[in-house]
Amino acid sequence: MAQQTLPQVPIKKGEPAYKLWIFEPGWKGELPLILNPRQLAEQKRPAILPGHRLCAGCAAPIIVKLASFAFRGPTIVVNATGCLEVATTIFPYTSWAVPWIHNAFENAAATASGVESAIKAMKKTGRLPWAHVDVVVFGGDGGTFDIGLQSLSGAAERGHDFLYILYDNEAYMNTGIQRSGGTPKFAWTTTSPVGTVLPGKTQHKKPIADIMVAHRIPYVATATPAHWLDLMKKVRKGIEVEGPAFIHALSSCDRGWRHDTALAIEVSRRAVDTCYFPLWEWTPETGYRLTDRSLSIARNPKMKQPIEKFVEVQGRFRHLLKPENRHLLRELQEWVDAVWEDLLNRATNAPR
Amino acid sequence: MSQPRGWKELPIGAVPFRLSTDYKTGDWRALRPVVDMNKCVKCMLCWIFCPDMAIIWDGEKILVNYDYCKGCGICAHECPVKAIDMVPEPSE
Repeated sequence: MAQQTLPQVPIKKGEPAYKLWIFEPGWKGELPLILNPRQLAEQKRPAILPGHRLCAGCAAPIIVKLASFAFRGPTIVVNATGCLEVATTIFPYTSWAVPWIHNAFENAAATASGVESAIKAMKKTGRLPWAHVDVVVFGGDGGTFDIGLQSLSGAAERGHDFLYILYDNEAYMNTGIQRSGGTPKFAWTTTSPVGTVLPGKTQHKKPIADIMVAHRIPYVATATPAHWLDLMKKVRKGIEVEGPAFIHALSSCDRGWRHDTALAIEVSRRAVDTCYFPLWEWTPETGYRLTDRSLSIARNPKMKQPIEKFVEVQGRFRHLLKPENRHLLRELQEWVDAVWEDLLNRATNAPR
Repeated sequence: MSQPRGWKELPIGAVPFRLSTDYKTGDWRALRPVVDMNKCVKCMLCWIFCPDMAIIWDGEKILVNYDYCKGCGICAHECPVKAIDMVPEPSE
């Protein structure tokens, strides 16, 4: 096998632009969580390398990149089947600068359980030369909401120590935009087409993060790549807790959501501003806590924007803006408001 | 297949072994980001949001690695001072 070389990019000071994450045996300590962007750019290198074949403007590599800035040391990444897996490891290429394993759609969490059990067993017999090795799972919404829910639920019940990051692009984008349990109501997909009979998908989105809260696992959070500081802090918290942790990250998909490639971050920002996707975290001790922008909106309700702001930039909701479909838009707004009110009532740091 | 074969005799499969940095995705690009360092306030948001890890900070200025940039335009849209312009690729 040929020696692997990373591209030489002129960097005057600091480290090379791309590097593999290699931790020598006996490596101790924790990588610091840097929140200053310039220090980040000088000291941190992402765990995903360029040259992956995800679409231009995909938010999934941004989530992976931001999550990898929050890794605290040797980390094994488990990947469920999905866009991220298919596009980053096209044989013989791999985009991962960390140890990486893929198994199938339905058993990403089960694979992570096995990896974590192996780490535990090797630690017990003194064969693991690191103090802690973290397991991080990246799963898409198809592999989490629908196909992989049983393995995730089982792994959460058994209490394995891993962090599950769900990048939710709200349909099976990998196979061609089929509806999933994560697709919001009235969204166009190829299997819930919009026409005179159907107004897009006729069911609401599954509350996956609340399902994981019901498992009483140590840490559950929602995040978007637009609120990158928030996402990094949450990933670090999820890695640090003992036991399973779950992060639901909204990942816009310009092909499936039918928006411009440049708007990937803007759409996630609007999803939070309209309270379509509130940012919160949950721990058994503190209960629901709003974070970042959603906390600002709870304190100052004038900042909450109508759902049109989120809908208008996306082609999959284009039919909702037609005059004859105003009642559908109103229904979506009522659902968003009901979920937001419910969250406000449960959040411990929301103003009463 | 009468003799059981060891793992060394098996063909390489199921293990991706080459770094994807060998695969240049730059030719997907239709628009090319050009950074105006006179306007840049060095906030690093383009570096943080680039999905292709194509923005490089060398300590003084922002460089774009055109080998990998797919030209999505997220950096230009997210730039708070609009220091990044998306210009069409020169035709061959």
